[in-house]
Amino acid sequence: MSISVRYFARLREQLGRSGDELDAEGIRTPADAWARANGGDTLPANTLVAVNQDYASLDSTVRDGDEIAFFPPVTGG
Amino acid sequence: MTSRILTTPLEPWAALADFERQRFAGSAAHGASAVFVGTMRDLNEGDEVHGMILEHYPGMTDGYLERLREEAAKRWELLETLVLHRVGELNPGDPIVLVAVWSAHRTAAFDACRWIMEELKSRAPFWKRETLAQGSRWVEHNTPG
Repeated sequence: MSISVRYFARLREQLGRSGDELDAEGIRTPADAWARANGGDTLPANTLVAVNQDYASLDSTVRDGDEIAFFPPVTGG
Repeated sequence: MTSRILTTPLEPWAALADFERQRFAGSAAHGASAVFVGTMRDLNEGDEVHGMILEHYPGMTDGYLERLREEAAKRWELLETLVLHRVGELNPGDPIVLVAVWSAHRTAAFDACRWIMEELKSRAPFWKRETLAQGSRWVEHNTPG
C-alpha cells in the first residue's frame, strides 16, 4: 500500500505534476507527505489540505492507503 | 434533493422547470422557492475576460455539495434543494452555478439559498482560470458578496 498525494490548480502547475505515490512508511501527517514529496520546498502560504477528500490540517493523522490533497484557496461559484 | 457537477452547458431555467415537474407533481406545499444563478462575467479586476476553465477535485466536490445540502436541511425546514455547478471550459455569459431551495415559507428559502451559495464559494474545491486578451491567470480569490 501507499499514500496518494494530489495537487490542484496553481499548485499543480507550479510543481509540474498532479500527484505523487509515496511509500506510507514514516508518513504520519500531511506535513510528512509534503516534505517527502517536495524535499525542502516550502508549502506555499494559504495552501489548503484534505485527507480522503475531507478538509484536514497539516498535522492530521494519515494512514496507509489514504489520499492527501494540497490546493490553493478555492474560487468556485 | 440533488447536487451535480456538469461538464456540459448548464441551462438553469430548463433544469428548474424539469426538477419542479419531477418533484412537485400533484403537490403544492412549496410556498416559497429561492433561486440563485451565478453567471460568468466578461470583466474581472479591471480586465476583459475572454474565457474560463473551471477545475475541480472530482469526488471531493460531489461529497462537499452533498454535505452542504444535508447541513442546510438540518438548519432549515426545506422541501427540496437543487445545486448544479459547471466545470470545464466556459464563455462569458455562461451560467456557472445554480442553487435552488424550496420551502413552505420564504425565510427558510431565502436564508438556506444564501447560506448554501456562500459556503460553496468559500469551501467547495473549484478553481477558476481566466483567459485574458494576453495569456491566462488563476483567479486568486472570490469577490466578496
